[in-house]
Amino acid sequence: MPNLKDLKNRIASVKSTRKITKAMQMVAAAKLRRAQEAAEQARPYTERFNAVMGKLAASVGDAENAPVLLRGTGEDKVHLLVVMTAERGLCGGFNANIAKLAKAHAADLLSEGKTVKIVTVGKKGRDAMKREFGQYFVDHVDQSGIKRIGYGDAQAVAESILKSFDAGEFDVAKIFFSRFENVVSQIPTMQQIIPADVSDAAEAADTGTFYDYEPDEQAILADLLPRGVATAIFSAMLENGASEQGARMSAMDNATRNAGEMIDKLTIEFNRSRQAVITNELIEIISGAEAL
Amino acid sequence: MADTVQFDLVSPERLLASVAAKEVQIPGAEGDLTAMADHAPLITTLRPGILKVSGADGTREYVVTGGFAEISGDSVSVLAERAVPREDMTAEEFKAMVAQATDKLAHAQETFVNEPGPVDEAAKLLADMVAIGDHIGLSAN
Repeated sequence: MPNLKDLKNRIASVKSTRKITKAMQMVAAAKLRRAQEAAEQARPYTERFNAVMGKLAASVGDAENAPVLLRGTGEDKVHLLVVMTAERGLCGGFNANIAKLAKAHAADLLSEGKTVKIVTVGKKGRDAMKREFGQYFVDHVDQSGIKRIGYGDAQAVAESILKSFDAGEFDVAKIFFSRFENVVSQIPTMQQIIPADVSDAAEAADTGTFYDYEPDEQAILADLLPRGVATAIFSAMLENGASEQGARMSAMDNATRNAGEMIDKLTIEFNRSRQAVITNELIEIISGAEAL
Repeated sequence: MADTVQFDLVSPERLLASVAAKEVQIPGAEGDLTAMADHAPLITTLRPGILKVSGADGTREYVVTGGFAEISGDSVSVLAERAVPREDMTAEEFKAMVAQATDKLAHAQETFVNEPGPVDEAAKLLADMVAIGDHIGLSAN
């Protein structure tokens, strides 16, 4: 039987763990609110942007001279996977789920005989994928210094992707991130960014109005498509930010509850063994007195 | 006929303005234009410049850098890469923007030695930036 001193120490240690997880939960809740706000404020831009892209893409169509970013290189050999995760752990299955989806997709591509290149954004995804897919890593973006995600951060990532696309280093680019549904559910998502996937937007586009374009459609599209990449990455970053805090909040909430249960159990055990000790002592005294 | 248009100004980070405007002056890539109610549908890209919105409660100005505008009969949506209300524009911020454009020009001159296209574009971007500065009374240096 564990002695009283040990039990006491364990209760104290679980109590302080509970304090930490509780604090982390509250911090995550506060950060979540901010991240959610940021994600919501960015939504109008993304929506309108996609709507206009859809219109343009619909009017340019699959023409031979459509920009490469829309039409693709015509090949499907080299895939660039941009895996976007958090810089920190302790957020439940958040990082693991994204990495899992990316790993499964990479394995599929490899078994089809395609070449895979991986860019990781955020340290945790890199760690999770290192063992199996370490040899495919081509780049890593460190986000640890960023406090509040700005459009500039997304632009920097987009620029480096576009540069390697222009250099012909890959044919298809996809991003992996977690879409924020609500606090308890974040959905790991894959989205193709190059060539731009506008089929949904093009269908939804209102074809009733005929727009004038200034300069012409081709030029606008050429200007817009690189921005589209940055926009997609930016909104993925924001969704990721909100998802991470949401996942952390519920993970820490669970941890706090578990710690509470453990404390109750340990306290009962502590009280029982304390009473057992007292009873023992009494028996000893009584039997000692009887012997006299 | 309504004599106002629904004007929305959005940057990637947030929705800056959403008001009913009488006229909106837009720095289009191929020249400034003013959109009023029942303007022909038009999509244009932007050059860095000043966006002027006149509504019921006076005129407001925004400094915008690249992006595009979508104009239809009853609405004007401007999607700017970066948009700052003119009164919030500080000298430091402006300097940073100009410095960025200057870097871009230097970079273009290095990369495209024999292609005038990108160099001219970068030079124009810088000139546009400096023109904004003249307009709002901030010096580029």
